Amino acid sequence: MKFRILAYLFFFVGTADLFIKIFYGNIFSDLTEDYYEIANPILVFTPVLFFSIGGIFLKESKVSLTLENFGTSRIKYYSPQFICLSVVVLIFLFFTFNAQMNMENRGIDFGFGFLTQEASFDMQFSLMDYDGQDPYWWAYVVALLNTLLVAVLGIIFCTIIGVIVGIARLSPNFLIRNSAAWYVEFFRNIPLLLQIFFWYYAALRALPLPQDASPLFGVTYLTIKGYYMPAFIWNNLNIFLYSILAAIISIIFIRYYANKLRDNEGKQIPVFYISLIILFILPALTFLAGGVSLNFEIPVLKQLSATSFIYDGGIAVPPELIALTLALSLYTATFVAECVRAGIQGISKGQKEAAASLGLTPNQVLKLVIMPQALRIIIPPTTNQYLNLTKNSSLAAAIAYPDLVLVFAGTALMQTGRAIEIVSITMLTYLSISLAIAALMNWYNKLIEIKEK
Amino acid sequence: MFKLIKQFTSFVAMVAVLFAFTTETMAAKKSKTLKNTQKKGFVRCGVSQGLPGFSNADASGNWTGVDVDVCRAVAAAVLGDANKVKFTPLSAKERFTALTSGEIDVLSRNTTWTLSRDADIGLTFVGVNFYDGQGFMVRKSSGITSTSQFKDGISACTNIGTTTELNMRDFFNSKGISYEPVAFEKADEVVAAYDAGRCDTYTTDKSGLAAQRTKMSNPDEHIVLPETISKEPLGPVVRQGDSVWEDIVRWSLNTMIEAEEYGITSANADSMKTSDNPAIKRLVGAEGELGAAFGLDNEWSLRIIKQVGNYGESYKRNIADPGILPDRGPNELWTKGGILYVPPAR
Repeated sequence: MKFRILAYLFFFVGTADLFIKIFYGNIFSDLTEDYYEIANPILVFTPVLFFSIGGIFLKESKVSLTLENFGTSRIKYYSPQFICLSVVVLIFLFFTFNAQMNMENRGIDFGFGFLTQEASFDMQFSLMDYDGQDPYWWAYVVALLNTLLVAVLGIIFCTIIGVIVGIARLSPNFLIRNSAAWYVEFFRNIPLLLQIFFWYYAALRALPLPQDASPLFGVTYLTIKGYYMPAFIWNNLNIFLYSILAAIISIIFIRYYANKLRDNEGKQIPVFYISLIILFILPALTFLAGGVSLNFEIPVLKQLSATSFIYDGGIAVPPELIALTLALSLYTATFVAECVRAGIQGISKGQKEAAASLGLTPNQVLKLVIMPQALRIIIPPTTNQYLNLTKNSSLAAAIAYPDLVLVFAGTALMQTGRAIEIVSITMLTYLSISLAIAALMNWYNKLIEIKEK
Repeated sequence: MFKLIKQFTSFVAMVAVLFAFTTETMAAKKSKTLKNTQKKGFVRCGVSQGLPGFSNADASGNWTGVDVDVCRAVAAAVLGDANKVKFTPLSAKERFTALTSGEIDVLSRNTTWTLSRDADIGLTFVGVNFYDGQGFMVRKSSGITSTSQFKDGISACTNIGTTTELNMRDFFNSKGISYEPVAFEKADEVVAAYDAGRCDTYTTDKSGLAAQRTKMSNPDEHIVLPETISKEPLGPVVRQGDSVWEDIVRWSLNTMIEAEEYGITSANADSMKTSDNPAIKRLVGAEGELGAAFGLDNEWSLRIIKQVGNYGESYKRNIADPGILPDRGPNELWTKGGILYVPPAR
């Protein structure tokens, strides 16, 4: 009975609360004397709170709640969850109301219409055609591609360096083992931003001006304005690509046949060398017979003024991309190396010995016994490192590499003034990239994990 | 049971408190920003991250420059002390967000007045304290003396998030020159990159070029080309929606310019109280009630002139004397061939 009274009391308070707020219309109070008007979500939320509490009491009054059975009551069971939910809702309401209210006060409207407006700024470097006349959404796509480019390059290089260094750390050779250890300890313990600055402002600044550069590999030039290399000009490129495709398909067939031969007759054929030969000969044949030809556009020094030169033609890799890729892959490679080392050390010595006693060669031991098991330990932490690398690529803004943060969350945000829209788009983009990488790596992890039958 | 009643009473008390807040009506306030500034005891001012002549901090953290003086003038008017300013260094990218989000109250950071900024993003430009235009800096040794000598493939260093970035594109497009824009977030990074030879030219407002030149490893090796490719009226900005505060900032700036027009300086301001000219007397607070409209006392403008000086003094102290731009050019009074012209204070 007492609970029923309590329940009605709460209903009454809730109704009164709602009534006052509707008729006196002041659900936003300026509790603070500050520059913002802070929407007070507690005030919006209280009627709902009162009604809910009343509802719980009313329900409980039907099963005669007393202090004695409070310990097993539903009120005790549900209230922590209810409080937790309320807090989450309150926080969400608080930020939404605040943003809405302050934007309204400042005369800022919310919307994504700006994405179709002309961007009217240029980008230093883009993988696809981009011009200032293109709309903002295209600038976003192009900037995103630049981010993906540096992320992919970084992931490839950090994996290669990481695996080599990780294996080198276990080398029996004193010099190799210790230099690998020093490399890891050195690069791992210096902040990434500093390393980026080092590569861009110190290391690349030491490079010669274009006119003083001496050729690297005969036709490429590494200068302060970037790395210039010849561009390939193909005739009948599609025939060449088809030939590579054909080579890959025939290699798959040969492998299948070789496996069958090994299983049925116990014969081993050198699959690796045969594959290599096919992969080399088939595309080469297209040059002789298929009418494929390749020319090089070699960069040529061009004078802009008395002291300023540039290489014209060919492909120019901007120094910003070089510095960023170097810094990201050298930094992340240290973590990958540690993952690789941990993975290999995680396989018990007995595995290696057992494999050796079966008569496998050391190469086969590594390839068929150690690595498949080690990979299972290596992949999950390495995925984290790939994600870190991708997110760290946003530090590009410090050295003028036109990535998503510099171009979209920088220039575009500035020119349009749409901070909330652009920052949320950028956040969602990074979230999607990270989730996509994680999904891919999880899929690969599933593929190589122990399949229990 | 007793415990439950106790809990219940405290709950009712809480509800009562909530009601008390709910029913509190909004107090009629003239200017929130003014009220808050007076309560805090300092003016919150957004400035650049270091641009000699405009806003630059010395080794001991004292800010100087013509942009800084605008904020000091506001502090002198509102709080009676030109030193009661809290400066927040902002990059070009951060500045408007800092202002609209309420982190600062005046943005005085060599900001170009454009239509889209004024109309779109919740800002109000209150005036112009420096008439500028975009130019190019090149190395003397390059032999370039005019932008007509620019060739395809030229690389240009600049800041992101500025009108510079847009003007540059318009300029190169109209000339049909292909170029490589290299845009950094901070001015210091731009200068470092240009200085090292990453770029052939450095482009920003001409005053900025002149100021940054003094920071280079060897200033004499660089020249600013004569062409001006855009109009850049730079001035202080406030948030939209507080018209009283907007007026205070506008008239603090205007007071400095008008004081120069009437020959009132920080040295002779007090003696001008007995002047025969009513316009001068109004400006030093000896006549009229000009401060009342802002909710300020009558000596607000006198304090500005005494503590900060007139526009000419500020220009001489910050820009002419350090040798950044000795010639005032368009930033001369209209009576002396420039375009500085402010509405009368009356």
